[in-house]
Amino acid sequence: MTSPSEATVLALPEPRPPVAVAAPAVEVLSAEKIFPDGTRALAPISLAIDQGEFVTLIGPSGCGKSTLLNLMSNLLEPSDGRLLWWRAGYGDVVSRGRQVAFVFQDPTLMPWARLAANVRLPLDLAGVPRAAANARVTAALARVGLGDFAHHYPRQLSGGMKMRASIARSLVIDPDLLLMDEPFGALDEFTRNRLDDELVKLCFERKLTTVFVTHSIYEAVFLSSRIIVMAGAPGRIFATLAIDEVQPRPESFRNSARFAEYCRTLSSLLARASGA
Amino acid sequence: MRLRARSETAVSIIAPALVGIALLLFWELACRAWSVPVFLLPKPTDIAAKLLTDWPTLLLALGMTLRVAVQAFVAAVVLGTLIAFLFVQSRLIEKSLFPYAVLLQVTPIVAIAPLIIIFVKNTQAALTLCATVVAIFPIISNTTLGLRSVDPGLINLFRMNRAGRLQTLVRLRIPSALPYFFGGLRISSGLALIGAVVGEFVAGTGGRGSGLAYEILQSGFQLDIPRMFAALFLITVAGVGLFVVMVGLSRLTLGQWHESEIGADM
Repeated sequence: MTSPSEATVLALPEPRPPVAVAAPAVEVLSAEKIFPDGTRALAPISLAIDQGEFVTLIGPSGCGKSTLLNLMSNLLEPSDGRLLWWRAGYGDVVSRGRQVAFVFQDPTLMPWARLAANVRLPLDLAGVPRAAANARVTAALARVGLGDFAHHYPRQLSGGMKMRASIARSLVIDPDLLLMDEPFGALDEFTRNRLDDELVKLCFERKLTTVFVTHSIYEAVFLSSRIIVMAGAPGRIFATLAIDEVQPRPESFRNSARFAEYCRTLSSLLARASGA
Repeated sequence: MRLRARSETAVSIIAPALVGIALLLFWELACRAWSVPVFLLPKPTDIAAKLLTDWPTLLLALGMTLRVAVQAFVAAVVLGTLIAFLFVQSRLIEKSLFPYAVLLQVTPIVAIAPLIIIFVKNTQAALTLCATVVAIFPIISNTTLGLRSVDPGLINLFRMNRAGRLQTLVRLRIPSALPYFFGGLRISSGLALIGAVVGEFVAGTGGRGSGLAYEILQSGFQLDIPRMFAALFLITVAGVGLFVVMVGLSRLTLGQWHESEIGADM
């Protein structure tokens, strides 16, 4: 185990050696994004995310982290360059049954549907028979601790509970790749920490490949196996920080000296990324 | 909590009722005190007496007017919703047709009613058409707005899950549009009644029809002012009745989840 001060800090560009045995879950191959209004959100970026990694994108506002995440979800298409999922195009991968789930910044629940129906939505849209779908919904809700709230409407729940429901909805399709765009950004610190603890366990249990966007240094260090620090206008990768700690992270990790050290390193990297 | 809610409801019924009774009392007493002639302003008791003696004809007239209003309202809802769906299919369709919907809306119905009555032979159909023209616009504009006002996050969610066009329409666009649609229904139900009455006024001067508006005109010619008031009262009651039905429908459908209705029954 390396000490935090020796954590690998790489400057851009980052040529990742192809040592992974399995195909990387996502490869970004000099993808660039220019919006129709001329905004250059992303300079050409190359990046690979391996199976089972928990990668966090962090950086100042407007550094293109959400854009990058949207490219990975195929909600946006790159203006130039391309992306591969398990070494294939998105359409191919999806038709072969690979599931990509996205957790948005807001819970984005349908206010007119009860929690169970909200969580069942991806299965309903995919035409999964009702009985099988219901069993999976029950399991997913139980997993995020909302087993007793299946028949509640979203408005009857707190912000943290809504976010959990949103996570349950992404888990119900048993995703191979989980993309999360600042999911806990609107929550108070206490709730956020609790959800982070649960997320760490979930991702470890399921060996989920996760890409996570956040503004929180503590959250990034606690969750990630690798942190990608981005810098702004146009968005680019500024540095990479590996967090070589045991998975799943125990809650006590937050109070350790190593945690503080990682946070300090990340903080100074971010300061440089913002100032650059 | 429940008890408090109940007392709130009681207040919202009792308070306006007291105001109404006070006003009626003042009206009655003022008429008596200054002995206002009945052909200028009848006392509430005169009107009530008229309602009692003339109720068979007045009720028949009310039925006639309501029938036209309800027919027009149903036609406006069906056509308006279809047009809204059409508008949402493409911006081009909406851009080319919407100005004409506005044109129909801003042209005073009183001005086109005589034309409609000349063009359409059947009086019932002509009156219904008049009322439909008046009632359709809120349905079109509200439903179109509603079908377009979908949470962009939910649209992305549906896209991520590769929802088809029909799935998105049924599971996302229509439920999102419902609150707007019910708002349109409330306005439109009132307008349908107005349209029916206006149409009758025009048709009535042509000597046809037997709705409440015709009753008002006839009573006016005969200086039977209490009867005029009685007919007016029935029109108002019909309008309130329609509104209450719409509110009930809206509460039944949206009560569980939409802010507008959740606030209402607290």
